[in-house]
Amino acid sequence: MLDKIKEFASTFFVTGDPMIYGADVSIALATIGIVFVLTYFKKWGWLWKNWLTTVDHKKVGIMYILAAILMLFRGGVDALLMRVQLATPDVTLLHPEHYNQIFTTHGTIMILFMAMPLMFGLFNIAVPLQIGARDVAFPFLNALSFWLFFMGAMLFNLSFVIGGSPDAGWLSYPPLSELQFSPGVGQNFYIWGIQISGIGSLATGINFIVTIIKMRAPGMTWMKMPVFTWSVFSSCVIIIFAFPILTVTLALLFLDRFGGGHFFTLDFGGNPMMYINLIWMWGHPEVYIVVLPAFGIYSEVISVFSKKKLFGYKSMVYAMFIIAILSFFTWAHHFFTMGSGADVNAFFAISTMVIAIPTGVKVFNWLFTMYRGKITFKTPMMWSIAFIPNFLIAGLTGVMLSVAPADFQFHNSYFLIAHFHSALIGGVVFGYLAGLYYWWPKMFGFTLPETPGKWAFWFWNIGFYVCFIPQYSLGLMGMTRRLSTYGWDTGWQPLNLVSTVGAFLMGIGFLFQVLQILLGIKNYRKLKDTTGDPWGGHTLEWSIPSPAPEYNFATIPQVEERDDWWAEKDKRAKGIFRKQPPIEAIHMPKNSAIPFIMSVFFFIAGFGFVFGWSFFYIPGLIGVAICMICRSFFSYDGDYYIPADEVKRTEAAIRGSV
Amino acid sequence: MNKKPKAIIALVLTVLTVALLIWTCFYAGGKYVVFDPKGPVGQAQKELIILTTALSALIIVPVMILTFFIIWRYRDTPTNKVKYQPHWDDSKKLETTWWAIPIIVICIIAVITARYTYLLEPSKPLASTQKPVTIQVTSLDWKWLFMYPEEGIATVNQVHIPKGVPVRFELTADAPMNSFWIPQLGGQIYTMSGMAMKLHLQADHEGTYFGSGANFSGEHFGQMRFDVEVQSDEEYKNWVADIKKQSKPLTKDGYLALAKPGLSQPDEYSSIPDGLFKDIVNKYVVEGASNPHAGHGEATSTEGSSQSGTEDHAAMDMSHMNMSGHN
Repeated sequence: MLDKIKEFASTFFVTGDPMIYGADVSIALATIGIVFVLTYFKKWGWLWKNWLTTVDHKKVGIMYILAAILMLFRGGVDALLMRVQLATPDVTLLHPEHYNQIFTTHGTIMILFMAMPLMFGLFNIAVPLQIGARDVAFPFLNALSFWLFFMGAMLFNLSFVIGGSPDAGWLSYPPLSELQFSPGVGQNFYIWGIQISGIGSLATGINFIVTIIKMRAPGMTWMKMPVFTWSVFSSCVIIIFAFPILTVTLALLFLDRFGGGHFFTLDFGGNPMMYINLIWMWGHPEVYIVVLPAFGIYSEVISVFSKKKLFGYKSMVYAMFIIAILSFFTWAHHFFTMGSGADVNAFFAISTMVIAIPTGVKVFNWLFTMYRGKITFKTPMMWSIAFIPNFLIAGLTGVMLSVAPADFQFHNSYFLIAHFHSALIGGVVFGYLAGLYYWWPKMFGFTLPETPGKWAFWFWNIGFYVCFIPQYSLGLMGMTRRLSTYGWDTGWQPLNLVSTVGAFLMGIGFLFQVLQILLGIKNYRKLKDTTGDPWGGHTLEWSIPSPAPEYNFATIPQVEERDDWWAEKDKRAKGIFRKQPPIEAIHMPKNSAIPFIMSVFFFIAGFGFVFGWSFFYIPGLIGVAICMICRSFFSYDGDYYIPADEVKRTEAAIRGSV
Repeated sequence: MNKKPKAIIALVLTVLTVALLIWTCFYAGGKYVVFDPKGPVGQAQKELIILTTALSALIIVPVMILTFFIIWRYRDTPTNKVKYQPHWDDSKKLETTWWAIPIIVICIIAVITARYTYLLEPSKPLASTQKPVTIQVTSLDWKWLFMYPEEGIATVNQVHIPKGVPVRFELTADAPMNSFWIPQLGGQIYTMSGMAMKLHLQADHEGTYFGSGANFSGEHFGQMRFDVEVQSDEEYKNWVADIKKQSKPLTKDGYLALAKPGLSQPDEYSSIPDGLFKDIVNKYVVEGASNPHAGHGEATSTEGSSQSGTEDHAAMDMSHMNMSGHN
């Protein structure tokens, strides 16, 4: 009996690696620490009432961002471990199998559990406020989306200490990811972690499309909508077409592994190439899902910090929509080398490089937004400016990669790695960081201190170039991706060492950002944003106090212009005041525990499927069904009114007057 | 700290970073194999890379300079007295210009790309007066098997080719897919089970070139390197004769042992079993299934017969080789 338990434990828990024991201990200590602090300060009730059951889009947004920063840390540590291994190729810091697990989880976490939630966090914070709404269209669904993402991410991360991490690459190509070559549970964690959070992503896409279509303040026609909201809209359009493909693809892979199917296996007619087509039909649009909102943020930030209107607003909107549509015609460029023939390769090469046109137009528009402006270099603007040269390089190399016969030389090499990290860090992460700094006062009521932010900026930026420019060279020297070791005779070591140094500089940049947030919290009284409009904003979110009250707008604004708040400030300066409608009782959604509980059941079901344990997945699925039934049939009491008097009192307290 | 020293620090840091990068990329480390081609395919790809990069750079470089100029010129300082037009947000002329510039450049690159895509299609034989050498490549876990059907020899993790003669590589996999890449001779192509891909390359200079597997295929994929020895015709013939004389034969059982996951040193075999390559390809072909590579044109193997027609034969011969996890 004891032997059986021992045997089970040795396969159930990941053993044999001192680094993982270290992680086990720190996870245990952190958990104990959190439980202790919550109990000691009697904060369990507060946590439950204010956060776990909240349906307020602003709080959901903050939770998304917190989780994303945590995942950025995890993915970043993965990256540094890989870079250390590559800097000294013959020292085995990481055994090849462990290395494979680390790059797999690094990729998956950074795209799906860092970039996506950070993006959804910013959607949640900014969109309802920008369009003058009191919440998203489906607040309950919004909370459910968050908890599904969170539970999916936790399930995926659990593989690190329980059962073993996936190690077949972040897109998990079969046949490598099939039972035959990956018999462990790692791939199951991959499938279920992504599947559960993917449902949440799809729901968020639908939620924000409906929000933007239906909940805009009166007078806000499509062409008066803030450009960030436009970018969110186009990104969500891609989400609702792309994520179902991912769901189906992973479901088929699951059937292969769990139900003895042969969709993508080597034998019995399985066709691995079909998986690769499917996963990239989701995977390439996914790149544009994450980058379009960043484009939106750059547009907002650059125009605000140049004290100028956005140049070529309509061009920007069209460009974003063209990119959204074209994103579905590029997937095959991920396998030009799969011998699809010259016709197919030529088509996808050209449809890929065509995306450079609308993207190029956007760059010109940003430049001419700054032209004849007054540029102030606050942190959000610094990141936006730094993005432009980065993205020019990423765009140049992107066009180079899209040339099919040239891609035969770049494919799967470090050149490609450097390109997509330029696009995803220089394009996406820089944008989200700019957005985070930009909307920080709106979220928390104080601005972050500039000095540590600038240190962080310079460390990140210099580190970024030092890390990725040598990788272009390495690619042209024949170094392929996903190597854990290489010979000294290749001559790749010096550049790898430089690249590793760059990665650590970015790591230091991250630490400065943590310091910046801590200093901000410490000095928040001094940094308090009393105006609600610390940057001289153009759009509606800056017309309300910071942090935004629960109901956002005491009275729903009547929109007249594109940059409505800027126009109104101009008018006020001239002594013209709009007539404010009287404050009335505000209709709000009530908190609900169902999203959290239902996601926990999803987690239990997912965990059961990972190990094939019916005593886990059956109760889990039943729990999910019960939650759905409760929500559908028994929860009529989902809303309430904040009385007009209370709104008046709150407004008086935060504004000093009504 | 006032404004000036800060700007100077930023400038010094920028210059230092750029200098460091240029220095490391040019004076430290390895060889730019992609830019040092030793055959016509690699040469054409190098020219294409340079041409398309230069065309894209025609836009990128001026925009880069414009970016730095605009940011510098319109910074908000008390002494900066340039024109400020907060509400100027539209100019049909300017916008038409910058829709037009990328459209024109992308059109040019697109035409070039399409032309080269047909020209460099890997399954297309190279124009040459010489009769091509056929080499059948199988990627295994985690090694490369090269078979020379005409010479009747095989090698592992090393490949010899004669100088100036086109080589017709036929590629497949008996493991998760990989990618066959010899940067100095030309770009890579995937090796996939159940398919015989084709890649035509040629080496015009003698020497030893670096080759590797470029697509992740599991634990020890990083060690899937091989050397390509390009020899004169005479040396090549001698090498073949030596192997025929000195090495052991490759048997079917020997292949099965080789195909088991694991690493291997470079090795040589004096003979190969009849139709082994075809059997490996057919092992994973299911009768009646549509050929997933219809677009690849002539993707069947040299031995002639169509893939699905030989299914019975394959099933008979290779039934004992089925490595499926489900059986």
